[in-house]
Amino acid sequence: MPKLRKKVYLTAGYNTISFGSGRKEFNPKKPRPGLEQYIQEAGRGAIAQINNPENIDEGIISNFMAARFNKQGNLAALIPTIHPSLEYKPHTRVEGACGSGGLALLTSLKSIASEVSDVVLTIGVEVQNTVKAIYGADILAGAGHYLTERKNGHAYFFPALFSDRAGVCYDKFGYDYMRKGMALWYKQAIENARKNPKAQEYHNSIEDLFAAGMTPPNPKAFVDHLNIYDCSKVSDGASALIFASEEGLKKIGVPKKDAIEVVGFGTAVADITKAPVDLTVMSTTKKAVEKAYQMAGLTPKDIGILEVHDCFTVGGILALEATGFAKYGEGSAFVQEGKTNLKSELPTNPGGGLVGFGHYVGGTGVRQAVDCVHQLTGKAGEYQVKLNPNKPYALMISMGGNDKTVTAMIFKKAE
Amino acid sequence: MNFDERMQNVAIIGAAGKMGSGIALLLAQEMARLKNLPENKNKDYRLYLIDIHPDHLAGLLQYLKSQLVKAGEKACVMLRQMYKGREDLIENQDCINQYIEDALSVLRPETDLSVVKDSKVIFEAVLENKDLKVKLLKKIDSFCGKDTLYLTNTSSIPITILNKESNLGGRLIGFHFYNPPAVQRLAELISADTTIQELKDFSLELAKRLNKIIVPSNDIAGFIGNGHFLRDGLYALREAKKLAKDYTLPGALYIMNKVSQDLLVRPMGIFQLIDYVGVDVFQSISETSAHYIEDEDLKNDFLKKMYDKKVLGGQRSDGSQKDGFLKYDRNRPVGVYDIDKGECKLFDPKGWTGDIDKKLGEYPSGFSPWKSLLMDPKKGDKLSVFFKNLKTSNTLGAKLALAYLKNSKEIGEKLVKTGVAKTSEDVNNVLLNGFYHLYGPINDYI
Repeated sequence: MPKLRKKVYLTAGYNTISFGSGRKEFNPKKPRPGLEQYIQEAGRGAIAQINNPENIDEGIISNFMAARFNKQGNLAALIPTIHPSLEYKPHTRVEGACGSGGLALLTSLKSIASEVSDVVLTIGVEVQNTVKAIYGADILAGAGHYLTERKNGHAYFFPALFSDRAGVCYDKFGYDYMRKGMALWYKQAIENARKNPKAQEYHNSIEDLFAAGMTPPNPKAFVDHLNIYDCSKVSDGASALIFASEEGLKKIGVPKKDAIEVVGFGTAVADITKAPVDLTVMSTTKKAVEKAYQMAGLTPKDIGILEVHDCFTVGGILALEATGFAKYGEGSAFVQEGKTNLKSELPTNPGGGLVGFGHYVGGTGVRQAVDCVHQLTGKAGEYQVKLNPNKPYALMISMGGNDKTVTAMIFKKAE
Repeated sequence: MNFDERMQNVAIIGAAGKMGSGIALLLAQEMARLKNLPENKNKDYRLYLIDIHPDHLAGLLQYLKSQLVKAGEKACVMLRQMYKGREDLIENQDCINQYIEDALSVLRPETDLSVVKDSKVIFEAVLENKDLKVKLLKKIDSFCGKDTLYLTNTSSIPITILNKESNLGGRLIGFHFYNPPAVQRLAELISADTTIQELKDFSLELAKRLNKIIVPSNDIAGFIGNGHFLRDGLYALREAKKLAKDYTLPGALYIMNKVSQDLLVRPMGIFQLIDYVGVDVFQSISETSAHYIEDEDLKNDFLKKMYDKKVLGGQRSDGSQKDGFLKYDRNRPVGVYDIDKGECKLFDPKGWTGDIDKKLGEYPSGFSPWKSLLMDPKKGDKLSVFFKNLKTSNTLGAKLALAYLKNSKEIGEKLVKTGVAKTSEDVNNVLLNGFYHLYGPINDYI
């Protein structure tokens, strides 16, 4: 892929709290903020970090299933509720299941790169706690192929798809070997989340995280090869940031030190009607990442921060292999050797990731980019990574469905 | 007639009561499952819900629907298997809705007893009153076939007596669910000498289908569960009477309730438990047991007074706890009833209850409340340490607790000795599974 001919910057990132079970203040019986409140909180949180918001040219909003979770469509028309200057501007809603956020980033980037806009407000949102998990599973199953997969699928449809991946990995690489890596992934995710006040697992007080992560799966109550600690939770939340061109940054008065720059990106979409050829490989993620590396002219050695889509611990481990950091079958060992923790060479999901931070599905990709903005501009607070100057790049992967709609982006601090 | 054939036509007498409604829920679920087996296609399933109160039956249907929603949501993994062949049921929501519909479709709420004439299984769950039970059983048997089986949920009346007086010729068994039947894993099974084998087999199969743990009990009034509960409660009342001299009656009740909950590490204090079961039910267990067991004092004046003053505990139809020995706010005890004065005294941690707490003394080290130990895999070790410290502690609370534990153990041992229970393990099983205790009364802790 050709390099970007125009510089594209990201700045003014804002995440709401990832709300749901695990947060002390969460009570399923009490009223909670809804879709609009989250969109407004995140949008205004981003706008508060810029000057002259009337210079925002357009808005992009990503979401997966508000039409079912919240009975609300036409989400682009909620963007004007964020700020009066957004009325009558061109706004677009994008959807790609759990990879919706990645598509919001891609769409925003394209708008800047094509010189259609100088300043784009990018938002991602999902509010899932409106229904019980067992019905939420129905809604989320829409990320798979309804006609061929749903009828014979599991009650917990998506956990079961990744459970199948875990099962094949157990057979191929060994149960204990895989489970140990998955449990350590969980432990690391929670430890990171405990440093992030907005994380859903911020209040997690489990003493022995590794032991919890090693809980044997219970197929009667849940799925065959995963326990509940292997799974990201049901979350409400939104994230927002600003995409800008060089001129755009000037218009909104943001100095470059507060921005990061896109150095490469790649999106790959696979046929949803076809089952994965090899359950031990995330082939679409691999393709998207290869495109991003190629455009940026970089290799895994250059990456100092990694943000992967660990909707399930096993997905996190397979992503380490798909992104080229670990060899095939060695993702679990990579985690076990401590190569992904906050103080390692490759701090992975420093804010907690999907397992620790939470997973407001359609907003997660935007949340990952917000975290990259915070990390690369030194604003991540307690979970700030000390970046190795020889590895100044952050790579993020936003994945939709069972490795079907994947966007990878590589960033560096703006100069 | 095999089990599944019998289950096509079942009746519950007293279906809108606390136990009847829980039994109805369990049976409706099992019948919905049977109805969906391929071999049972086109068969008719009926569960007659008989109660004399039509308004209670309306409430029962509401209750069953809300519980079936919860049950369906919880069992969705299984439901998807069950409805595998139904191409029209694709999402979890589809399967859950169908399940609720299937279970509700077997229900036949009625106030007229005669509709049960074709029922092959009758569950009796009316008030704990022998004459009433006998009257109903006789009446039903007058229009039902002689192959109909009867299961009574009596918690204390000997089955032999009920069988004899109702002329059921061995077609009666005691199938004693614990409250609430849908939640508690335990059922006591009590046969009379004449109980026919087919009914015993049917009951064991039913327990299996309903996922219940069966503990056999001999046919001696009170059986194992209430045999222990009654004597445990009477002990607390007797102790309270002694303590009342120094601490007043409300103070004494407060003490025994607190000691039995905290220092015995039980889910509820003894008086809260009696209120939960119902003072009237407890009183009737006491009366029945006293009637059939002659060499032991199983009555108590306090109980009689409470009963006469109509302070009876039990639950309202919305499930909230009514006042009994204790006063409740949203199911939490907030005060204690003064039987003599006929009024309630509210707890006051800065005043009188606080003073009593000080007199009871610090809890021995290693103390953890029941709730925090419930899921703890190391609870056995932790209890062992705590009870060891309890034994060497000199506080009033520890002394009362130790005496209480010893008495509870003696009750358990006596149940084995007098042949109510076959083994110590059976006694412990009943307390563990029917009362949610963390340890059996017959243990090595004391």
